[in-house]
Amino acid sequence: MSFESFADFLAMGKHGLYVWTAYGISLAVLALNVALPILARRRYLQDEARRLRRESKQ
Amino acid sequence: MNWTWFHKLGSPKWFYDISGRWLPWLSVAAALLLAVGTVWGLAFAPPDYQQGNSFRIIYIHVPAAILAQSCYIMLAVAGVVGLVWKMKLADVALQCAAPIGAWMTFVALLTGAVWGKPTWGAWWVWDARLTAMLILLFLYFGVIALGQSISNRDSAAKACAVLAIVGVVNIPIIKYSVDWWNTLHQPATFKVTEKPAMPAEMWVPLLIMVIGFYCFFAVVLLLRMRLEVLKRESRASWVKAEVERSL
Repeated sequence: MSFESFADFLAMGKHGLYVWTAYGISLAVLALNVALPILARRRYLQDEARRLRRESKQ
Repeated sequence: MNWTWFHKLGSPKWFYDISGRWLPWLSVAAALLLAVGTVWGLAFAPPDYQQGNSFRIIYIHVPAAILAQSCYIMLAVAGVVGLVWKMKLADVALQCAAPIGAWMTFVALLTGAVWGKPTWGAWWVWDARLTAMLILLFLYFGVIALGQSISNRDSAAKACAVLAIVGVVNIPIIKYSVDWWNTLHQPATFKVTEKPAMPAEMWVPLLIMVIGFYCFFAVVLLLRMRLEVLKRESRASWVKAEVERSL
């Protein structure tokens, strides 16, 4: 461990704001990249299932 | 060498099945590597003797930048495969990788700016390395826009493949920009021929993060590609079976 305490860890010397901004935004981008295709897949499968059901009725 | 796997990639169903089997393992690997690398880099690696703790941004900046460039090389390789062997999956890979590459370039530029402020005193300088990375971002935008603006799928695939192949000239420019020009940007962290200039407790977590970012890229790429394959093959009976199974 290279920090004395948790407050010390949050402060990151004088660079806390920079380090946490960089990590925070990067985490948000990575999470968005995972969420978008998963949500798109769910929506597409729902739409396709509805379409198939409608066509099988005709 | 056995090339059977390459010929099998001609079958979208084969790709869909095999990628479905790989996905859970890759996801676990990506999550574990990124978690271990982040905690190690943020809390356990020693601070830099000049930059203090701001250097910890390296653990996302360098992996994102490496991935942004590797992803563009992948786009060009997919372009060649698509043009030469007319493989449909190559265009799927190209179209799906481009947005991820653009996001990675964005992360590299953004973390670079946030790291540059305390280190150089400026968010942005028109430095050779930074400018070349910005051009990479615009190349990704170009590929994405071109792929969406041409309605004929085959023409769009050809145009994107050509742009990806031509644009790859920017990759060696990014790589050697720190050697060719006087720049503020520091030289490469990892070299094939030499040991890293930093101690092991600093570069081992960085290496873990780089591998973790590659696994993450593979996961997101497969997620996107599997959806795109379903859309393009929507009339095939196996896709209908897959849709019904998801109900």
